[in-house]
Amino acid sequence: MIENTKYTNKYNFAFIDEATKKEIRRKLLKAVAIPGHQVPYSSPEMPISRGWGTGGLHITLAVIGKEDVFKIIDQGSDASVNACNLREFVNGMTGCKTTFDTAEATLIQTRHRITEEELTYKQIIVFQVPLPEPLRMVERYEYKTLQMHAEADYAKMYVSLYESYVRHGAIMQGAGYPVMVNGRYIMSPSPIPRWDTPNLNQAQTLFLFGAGREKRLYAVPPFTDVEPLEFEDVNFEIEDFSKSECYKTGYKKAFLDEIYSDEGERKFVISDSNFLDKKSEKQETHQYSNKYIDQLQEYGL
Amino acid sequence: MGYVAVKGGTEAIHNASELAEFYRVKGDTTPIDIKQIRAQMRLAIDKVMGEGGIYAPEYAAIALKQAEGDVYEAAFILRAFRTTLQRNYYSQVINTREMFVKRKISASFREIPGGQILGPTRDYTQRTLDTAKATETAIDIKTFLDGFDAKIDPEKLEGISTFGKVIDLLQQEGLLAPVDPTEDRSLVDITREAIKFPAPRSARLQMMARAETGGLMALGYSSQRGFGAVHPTVGELRYGTVPVRVKDAGGRNRYIGKIEVTENEMITGSKPAKKGTPPYFTIGYGLCFGHNETKVICMSTLDTAMRRPEMGAPANDQEFVLYHTEGVEAMGFTNHLKLPHYVTFQSSLSNTRAAVERNNKTNKEVEQQMIQMQSV
Repeated sequence: MIENTKYTNKYNFAFIDEATKKEIRRKLLKAVAIPGHQVPYSSPEMPISRGWGTGGLHITLAVIGKEDVFKIIDQGSDASVNACNLREFVNGMTGCKTTFDTAEATLIQTRHRITEEELTYKQIIVFQVPLPEPLRMVERYEYKTLQMHAEADYAKMYVSLYESYVRHGAIMQGAGYPVMVNGRYIMSPSPIPRWDTPNLNQAQTLFLFGAGREKRLYAVPPFTDVEPLEFEDVNFEIEDFSKSECYKTGYKKAFLDEIYSDEGERKFVISDSNFLDKKSEKQETHQYSNKYIDQLQEYGL
Repeated sequence: MGYVAVKGGTEAIHNASELAEFYRVKGDTTPIDIKQIRAQMRLAIDKVMGEGGIYAPEYAAIALKQAEGDVYEAAFILRAFRTTLQRNYYSQVINTREMFVKRKISASFREIPGGQILGPTRDYTQRTLDTAKATETAIDIKTFLDGFDAKIDPEKLEGISTFGKVIDLLQQEGLLAPVDPTEDRSLVDITREAIKFPAPRSARLQMMARAETGGLMALGYSSQRGFGAVHPTVGELRYGTVPVRVKDAGGRNRYIGKIEVTENEMITGSKPAKKGTPPYFTIGYGLCFGHNETKVICMSTLDTAMRRPEMGAPANDQEFVLYHTEGVEAMGFTNHLKLPHYVTFQSSLSNTRAAVERNNKTNKEVEQQMIQMQSV
């Protein structure tokens, strides 16, 4: 058999070449300096499909160091198929320690959730973003949305929220609820549920957002104002789980997933898999608190 | 007889097609076996069958071999072949609830009746080039297959079962838009009559089932990206085999075999048509021959998009979508540009020459007038 020696070169640490990683880090610095502003970047091709978290991977691979402890979640779960695949990839390309434990991780990549446990200033969370442009739903052309951001002209956005309210009696935007960052830019917080949105406000953690397919990066630095868009008389609301509870732990104060058994019976379970484990084992957890969740507690939930 | 520049056409085209055949075999390698193509080029076969509009894996393999792997060309050959066949029966409606499921996933729910069955998929793998494939041997394949067989414990194999559907869950809860009684439910066979607009849904779905994957994808993707406003979720994606039955002359249902299909039901929140109607979920539907998930996902996105009256986005426009995703027709017309066009070109050539001359003449006159005016 022919020995193939042509392809035996090892990959660079963290897959991407150093020059490109540096470029991404430079763009990240710019993103941090202008909270909520989308910065275009090179977005190199990855061995993962576009739209499956390439933007998150670019950031992760650009900032990860040998000492980092890496956690990746998809829809709240460490065990989700895409999370498993990406974890293997990052682990294979960096040799970094991986973990399921939210508290232990130094770098967390996520799709569609923020952990239930409060993150600290020692941690970075990287979001995979499918649609970075919050104005896309009201304006399809990029050159126009750029102009709207530049002029802070967000009238169309407010009109669309108002229209939704008039039509349905509520703002129907589900996940990815648009937020105003640092009083300047409207930002799409990646499709995290409304439950997680208030946790972006004045947080200790650095939030980095990567949209690979659309080639945009943006960030929310620690201790930055992040406010969901609302009206004086029509307010932002989080998901209502008051009538349900986790069937495994009986816990109510967390984002719950709806699951169906083979018989079609409906149950709820805590979406954050690590948080669920900790709750099941009665371990101590330090949860985010925000005015929306606190309000729920006042109702005795 | 006068001089004709392009002559001897017959001989030239014979030579050209002979040369094409030479290019196909010039490496003087072992001919690819049809069985090998069927087995190892599974997804190409499925594309060709779907776009060719005929379920015939073996013929699809032959077409693919003949076309040197060009999927468009192979689908085209199959379409032409299909014309030679008598249509004896219309099958009974296939029931995908009877599907022998090889893959079944939902992106809407974490857990679904029967569980998520990943089946054969490269979705969650890393697309790194596997250079070992370059030197793969028959022994490697045998070793893999033996190892694979050894992992199967026949005692753990469960009895074959079928599964309920995700949309049933939503239906039971009354979250799906009730069927619109005014919607055209007539069945049109698009292979027997020309499509008319507005086209009934049956015709639209048939057109898309034969449409070219790339074309469907371009439009389906445009709808997700902002040209139109369909933000869909995969309710349930299934791939597997379903039985096909026809009614014989005596009126009895006869099983005639099974085919592989991919099916997708896409959930989308809908804008209510009238005030006072709740924003129900609607289902976009996609079904095609063989294993082609991209195609059914885009089909169902476009199914939803085309049901929206709002215009201004290509994906919402029936005519735009259906005409331009018809791969065999699009490829034919695109390539017809290579045919000689000297007669039509000659006539526009003389028109253009005359127009340029007229223009030059007027310009000169204007110039002269200007000179005269200045001299005055």
